[in-house]
Amino acid sequence: MEEGSIRMAQHQVRYLQDGGLPVALTTVDKLVQWGRSNSLWPLTYGLACCAIEMMATGASRYDFDRFGTIFRASPRQADVMVVAGTLTKKHAQFLKRLYDQMTEPKWVISMGSCANTGGMFNTYATVQGVDRIIPVDIYLPGCAPRPETLQYALMMLQKKIRRESAFQKLKPKRLV
Amino acid sequence: MRAYSNKKNAQAKPYFTDRFYTVPQIPKEDVSSDEIFAADLELLSSKFEISDSFIQRGQLVMIIKPSDIVAFMKVLKDELEYTFLSEMSASDFLEKDGEFEIFYQMLSLKKRKRLRVKYRITQGDAVDTITDVFKSADWAEREMYDMFGIVANNHPYMKRLIMPDDWSGHPLLKSYPLIGDEAGQWYEIDTIFGKEYREVVGPEIRDTKRVDPKDTKNFARVGHEVGYGEKPSNKPTDFGEFQEEGGVPLITRFTKDNQKTLSRRK
Amino acid sequence: MQQTPNRLSPFYENLVFERDDNMMIVNFGPQHPSAHGQLRLILELDGEQVVKAVPDVGYLHRGMEKMAENMIYNEYLPTTDRMDYIAAASNNYGFALAVERLLDIEKEIPRRAEIIRVMLLELNRIISHLFWLATHALDVGAMSVFLFCFREREFAMDLMEDYCGARLTHSAIRIGGVPLDLPSDFIDNLYAFITKFPNDIKDYEGLLTENRIWKMRLEEVGNLTPEDALNWGCSGVTLRGSGVAWDIRKEEPYSIYDELDFEVPVADKNDSYGRYKLYMEEMRQSVKILHQTIPLYKESEPGLMAKVPQYVSATKEEIMTDNFALMQHFVLVTQGMRPPVGEVYAATESPKGELGFYINSQGEPYPHRLKVRAPSFWHTSLLQHMLPGHYLADVVTIIGNLNIVFGEIDR
Repeated sequence: MEEGSIRMAQHQVRYLQDGGLPVALTTVDKLVQWGRSNSLWPLTYGLACCAIEMMATGASRYDFDRFGTIFRASPRQADVMVVAGTLTKKHAQFLKRLYDQMTEPKWVISMGSCANTGGMFNTYATVQGVDRIIPVDIYLPGCAPRPETLQYALMMLQKKIRRESAFQKLKPKRLV
Repeated sequence: MRAYSNKKNAQAKPYFTDRFYTVPQIPKEDVSSDEIFAADLELLSSKFEISDSFIQRGQLVMIIKPSDIVAFMKVLKDELEYTFLSEMSASDFLEKDGEFEIFYQMLSLKKRKRLRVKYRITQGDAVDTITDVFKSADWAEREMYDMFGIVANNHPYMKRLIMPDDWSGHPLLKSYPLIGDEAGQWYEIDTIFGKEYREVVGPEIRDTKRVDPKDTKNFARVGHEVGYGEKPSNKPTDFGEFQEEGGVPLITRFTKDNQKTLSRRK
Repeated sequence: MQQTPNRLSPFYENLVFERDDNMMIVNFGPQHPSAHGQLRLILELDGEQVVKAVPDVGYLHRGMEKMAENMIYNEYLPTTDRMDYIAAASNNYGFALAVERLLDIEKEIPRRAEIIRVMLLELNRIISHLFWLATHALDVGAMSVFLFCFREREFAMDLMEDYCGARLTHSAIRIGGVPLDLPSDFIDNLYAFITKFPNDIKDYEGLLTENRIWKMRLEEVGNLTPEDALNWGCSGVTLRGSGVAWDIRKEEPYSIYDELDFEVPVADKNDSYGRYKLYMEEMRQSVKILHQTIPLYKESEPGLMAKVPQYVSATKEEIMTDNFALMQHFVLVTQGMRPPVGEVYAATESPKGELGFYINSQGEPYPHRLKVRAPSFWHTSLLQHMLPGHYLADVVTIIGNLNIVFGEIDR
C-alpha cells in the first residue's frame, strides 16, 4: 500500500497530513494543477434530496459558477463526480459505468450521509457507502449538507488537486 | 448452541412487553349509523357475500371472498360511483394467522366517502387482477408481487417493479430481515465485480452502534481530532485555511478574516 | 486511477436499436440532466413519435415501508421527510395526521399548533410549486426562470430555517402538534415575503404565459380526459387540470382549512398549459391563506402539543420539573407508545396530489404495516398511457409537467 494512495472501501484518506507524496512539484505541475483545480466541471449526478441542495448551490444565492464549475451532463466532459443522494443496489452498476466512462484525471465528492455510508437507510436496498464501488476523494457529511458545505468541499478538493503531481504514473490497464 | 432466531418474523421486537396490558381496539361502529354507507352496503350484500362490515374512523370496511373481487369492483365503479382507487396492497399476517390480508382503498368523489375492501388469502394463492376496471391497479399489483410474492392472474405485465429484475426474495415479508439476506447484502458487489471480490471489499458495516476498537482513545474528542491510529492530543484541531498559505495566483484570497457577515438578508 | 476489473459488459450487446418494423428503442436512462431524479423510460420510437413507453422505477427504493415496521412512530417521522423531499413538512403532516386519527387525538391538538401547521404547509406548497416551475422551465428551455425561482425559494427556505433549523428536511410537524413556537421576527419576515411574492409571480407569468414558444410547447401536449385521470388514479393538479374539481382541503377538510377562505382553481383544457396556469394560481391562493393565518396566530393562546399523556410526551418545562412527566417521557422515547389495534387511512392534499398513509397497528410500538400512497407513483404509471402519440421533445415537457419526485415513487 503506497503512501498517499486511496483504496476502495478501506479509508486511507489523510486530510490532516500534507499529502505525503514523495515527489516535488515542478512549475509545470503547479501550472497544470492550477488550471485543473480552477475549472472543475462536475457531472450532474443528483440522486435524491442532496441533489436539491446541489441545485441550490448552483443557483442564484450560492453561485457555483464562480469556482469555474459548469455542470456537464456527459461523463466524457466532466472531471468531478458529485454523488449527491442515496445509492441503491439497483442503481449501483450505473454509477460504476459512468465512473468508468469519465476520462482521467477524475475525482469524486461523496455528498451527504447516504453517499458516505448509507445514511439513515440501514436497509436491504441501499449501498452502504459509495466507496464500496468507486474510490472517493472528499466526503461531505450532512443530511442534506448546506450549500456552503458543498462549496467548502469543492475548495478542499481544489487544494488537494494543487498538492498532487500533474502527471501521475498510470499503471497499465488490464481489461477484463 | 446456535442463537435462536425467529424465522417467521425477522423484524425488530419491542424489548419490553407488559403482560397484563391489553391494547384496546378502535371502535367499530354499526353501518346503519351512516345513511350513504347503509344504502351502499344493502346493494352490495344483495349481490355478494360480505362476511363482515363496519365503520372505522369514518370509513366503511367490508370483508369479502377473494373470488368476488373483480365483480365487486365493477359494481362499486359503475353503480355506486366509487370511481377512484386510492390504493391497494397487502399486509403480512403469516406468523399470526398464516394469511395475507389484501386491501383496496376506494374513494367516491360525488359522495365524498371512502371505503375499504379487504380479504384474506394464504401463501401461494393468487389474486385476480382488477386492471380492466381500474387502470391504476396495474402498478399497484406489480408492486404487491414484488414486495410480497402475490401474483395477480391475467395481469398484462407481471414483473418486478421496484427491486432489480434478478433480485431474490420478496422484501416486505416479515421473514425477510431489514438488512437483507445474503444475496441481498452482496448484490451490488456480485453484479459489478463478481463473487471473488467479496473479500477485497469486505462486508457492509450494518451495526449502527459500532465503535472502532483501535479508536477508543479518540472517541468523542470533538475539536481535538488526530489522524487514524495516532496518539490523542490536547491540541485543538487545525482544519487549515480554505486556500494555501501564499494564496493561489489570480484567485481571490478567502481567509477567515476577510469574510463579511450580513446583518439582513438581501 | 487504474481501471478496476469488473464484470459489467458493454450494454449495447443487450439492446436492440432498430427492429424489423423500423421502430427505434431509446433508453432514457436513470441519470439524466433534467432534474427529476432517477426515471428510466424505455421508449419505442417511430421516427420522432413515441409509440410505446415503459417507465422503469425503483432506482431510489430505500425500503422505507419496511423501516417503519422496525421503528417506533416518533422515530419514523424524520424518514417521512425524505419521501417528497421538496416539501418535507407536508409528508410529516400526512403521517402525523394518520397517527393522530389512529389515536383519536385530532380534537386535542391546540389551536396554535394547527395554525402553525397550516403556515408551514402552505409555505411548503409555495416552495414545491416554485421548484416545479424552475425545473420544468429549465427542461423546456427557459433557463433563467430556474435562477429567478430559486432566488424566491431561498427566501421561503430562510423562513423555514428560522423556524426549524433545516432548509430541506424539516421534521417540523410532530405527532400531537408542533415542537416549537414561531420565533419573534417570523411574522414580520413572513409578512414581508408574502407582500413581495405576488409581484414575483406576476414576473414569471409575464415571462411565460403569453410567450409564443412556451405556448407552442405546452398547449395540446399531455392531454388527459377526466375519465382517464380518475381511472389512472391521478390527484392534485393533474386531476384538476382535467376539469375534475377535487381538492381534499375543500372536500374533506382537515386542520383549520374549513375556516380559511381560499379558492381552488380548476382548468377545463386538459393539457399541460392548463396545469401550468393552475400551479401559478395555486401559489397565489397559498399567499392568500398565509395572509389569513397571521391574525389567527396573534389571537391564539399558547399551547403547542396535545395533552394526551398516554401517547404524547409533555412539554420540556414539565419534563424538567415534574417527575411523572419525566417517567412518561422516558417510557415513550425508549419503548414507544402503544396505539389501539386497528387500521386507518388518512389522505391530505400535498403539493403533488393526494398523499395518503395507511397504518395497520396491532397494538405494538412498531406499526404492523405502513403503506404510503404517494401521488407521484400513480402519475408515473400514467406515463405509459400519456406518452404514446407525442414527439420526443414532448416527453421531457410531460415528465416535467406531471411534477414527479422520486423519493415518493420508490420510497
